[in-house]
Amino acid sequence: MIAELGHFALALALVLAFAQAFLPLIGAEQRNARMMAVASPLAIGQTLAIAASFGCLMYVYVINDTTVLNVVQNSHSAKPLLYKITGTWGNHEGSLILWVLILALCGLAVAAFGRDLPSALKARVIGVLGLVSVGFLLFIIKTSNPFERMWPPPPDGQGLNPILQDIGLAMHPPLLYMGYVGYAVTFAFAVAALIEGRVDAAWGRWVRPWSLAAWAFLTLGIALGSWWAYYELGWGGYWFWDPVENASLLPWLIGTALLHSAIVVEKREALKTWTVLLAIIAFGMSLLGTFLVRSGVLNSVHAFANDPERGMFILGLLMFYMGGAFLLFAWRAAAMAPAGIFAPVSREGAIVLNNLLVCSITAVVFVGTLWPMFADALFSAKVSVGPPFFNMASFPLVVPLLLAMAMGPLMPWKRAQLWPVVQRLWWVAVLGLGGFFLALLLTGQHVLPAIGFAFAAWTIGAAIADLADRTALFRTNRSNAWARAKGLPRAAWGSAIAHAGVGIVAAGIAGMGLAQEKLVAMEPGQSVQMAGYEWRLDGVRDFVGPNFTARKATISVIQDGRVLHVMEPSRRWFPVGRQHTTEVSIRTNLLYDLYAVIGEENDGKAVIRIHYNLLAPWLWIGAAIMALGGGLSLADRRVRVSAPNRRMAGQAAPA
Amino acid sequence: MTPFARRALLFTPFALAAMGGAGFYGMLQGMKTGEYNPRGVPSALIGRPPPDFTLPALEDAGVPAFGSAELRNLSGPVLVNFWASWCVPCIIEHPQLMRLQRDGVPVLGIAYKDRPADSLRFLRQHGNPFRMLAKDEPGRVAIDWGVYGVPETYLLDRQGLIRWRFAGPITQEVLDQDIRPLLRRWA
Repeated sequence: MIAELGHFALALALVLAFAQAFLPLIGAEQRNARMMAVASPLAIGQTLAIAASFGCLMYVYVINDTTVLNVVQNSHSAKPLLYKITGTWGNHEGSLILWVLILALCGLAVAAFGRDLPSALKARVIGVLGLVSVGFLLFIIKTSNPFERMWPPPPDGQGLNPILQDIGLAMHPPLLYMGYVGYAVTFAFAVAALIEGRVDAAWGRWVRPWSLAAWAFLTLGIALGSWWAYYELGWGGYWFWDPVENASLLPWLIGTALLHSAIVVEKREALKTWTVLLAIIAFGMSLLGTFLVRSGVLNSVHAFANDPERGMFILGLLMFYMGGAFLLFAWRAAAMAPAGIFAPVSREGAIVLNNLLVCSITAVVFVGTLWPMFADALFSAKVSVGPPFFNMASFPLVVPLLLAMAMGPLMPWKRAQLWPVVQRLWWVAVLGLGGFFLALLLTGQHVLPAIGFAFAAWTIGAAIADLADRTALFRTNRSNAWARAKGLPRAAWGSAIAHAGVGIVAAGIAGMGLAQEKLVAMEPGQSVQMAGYEWRLDGVRDFVGPNFTARKATISVIQDGRVLHVMEPSRRWFPVGRQHTTEVSIRTNLLYDLYAVIGEENDGKAVIRIHYNLLAPWLWIGAAIMALGGGLSLADRRVRVSAPNRRMAGQAAPA
Repeated sequence: MTPFARRALLFTPFALAAMGGAGFYGMLQGMKTGEYNPRGVPSALIGRPPPDFTLPALEDAGVPAFGSAELRNLSGPVLVNFWASWCVPCIIEHPQLMRLQRDGVPVLGIAYKDRPADSLRFLRQHGNPFRMLAKDEPGRVAIDWGVYGVPETYLLDRQGLIRWRFAGPITQEVLDQDIRPLLRRWA
């Protein structure tokens, strides 16, 4: 009964989405205020219907209703309650419901906070969001209905995939979807602007926070996925240039470009055509990622159960939204004349450079990800594009990007001169060079990681220099600087912090370039030297968990005769799923991770893999700081004032 | 920039997207017919009839032998399974073969480099899932098929063309996610 209710709510949502797609769009075309006004109530209704459907799905998961096929395939009564709940979106069908739910919530947010938007623009944005929703609801109902019944019901479900029972992985998709769906909103704004043939500062002021929020969530989502791969898969790496990872990186890169160019539209009314194009492509990349992961055209550990029928449907959606938007773009973009003019050396110029470099990196990742597939399909040639290609091709693009990233924020709008910027950054350059030689000296001849450290120091230093400059830290007394720091717009803090986060990630990547690992077969009592520590295998014992049995090793990490850490990696066997998993043991002090994995055992010897991962935690700390910077920037006054509800407007007035 | 060049430039995103879309469409069509398989090692025989062969029957197994002649005009899709009694993964996939037999799917077996007495003992112990069964003691026919290890399974459509090849044991997942959809598609 509950499952049927959920199914019905989904169908209801489709009907409401249809109405939401067409009534406001037609109303905006005919200047019919009543038709435009139905946009908000319809967005509310659609959200309620999808939320009800999602709630029903969650309910059948919690009670483990084995008459529902989706539950049988993906859940099991022995799962902890938390993973039963997160299992709702841990599969293809459920994750799509979550996707449309977030999309509907975004439509609701535009409806609720868009009071100062021009009514026609608002109606069109909500209408386009409704149109996107229609496509995905149709997709769910036609090919991926999660409420399908199964009769006779089996005694219990089959879904106990132990690798997927993990809180990091459970939070990974919602964060990614918030990012992807955020780009659906900027897409809707772009299409609405193309229909109206007008892009102005007000448009930029709306697009920037949405792209910023989407970007921050996507950053967190990608970092969480990478962290999960690091501690759960037990390979010791954090980024494998796997096609599915790349699929999430593509919208992030385009989103980074969009985020910056939207500032130019907002402040200077330039780069309009380009920003609109980026907004369309960012959503296109999100859809492309969905298509690649779910259609089965690529081979990856992450892929959902694949089905060409579903692939065809998503491809149809992708072509409909992208084809339509690009046609509209070709037809209308010529009408958008830039208003602001700027010199090549200026803040705008720096952002254009950022866009060019980021888009080039996107092109590298895009080609590297898709080329093997197209080569296979076109010439039947199995080629593999691996990490060496991505590293080599993106390195020469990342270097100028980091160089320019430091200088951009110090330039004024419209027209700038290089010399004053160089004057304010010379000590940062010295810091970077110092970092380079220090790293070279300490690590011995590892040039690439040393370059990484130099750029990390440069980027972080430049972010500090930017803040010091804005608060006049070295030109005035401390209380004055403090007052200036408090008065500084949060967007300025946000961008400096996010840029520093990039530097921290760069340091993490450089540190991981110096990571050491060793694979040894040891008998209990034997020890091995690595990274200045003695790693001693004390023993391997049996261990019985709630739904698994395991072999657990005890490894003592010894320095100067003193036991620093006792690490207990284990290898679990899940009889129900007939699956082995490795439980990595990690000891961290935020400067480096000690990382141990136990493999097979043979003749009384256990295969132990140990890693010394320098600065590994900085990768995720840096990403979190980037997202934090995005969040701070979102809290900026100009965002709040441009998107007020009544209470906030009341507060902002006396300030 | 001339107005025409500008217009053409504005059309490029659409053109690129259309080309990409056509490429993906081709890939998905290829996946349906089995011509494009992103996983797995490609078989040179996909979309072609199997090589000509005749093989003797496994005596006392109670089912007839078969050769390429029997694989030409079929009433529906069949599975051809290369197996051996000495192969451990073959024991893992055996219950799935039995299930297919119970569901009425014709599974044809070729015992690969196996002593007939051992093959018979295996079938007596675990059950015989095969509608027809031939023995390839020298392993020559397997070379012609391009088999690179047992167990290995091929799916032939009703015209007798090879549509799918799978190296490795047929687990429950392979049965549910690959074989059953393929049987429906080629039925």
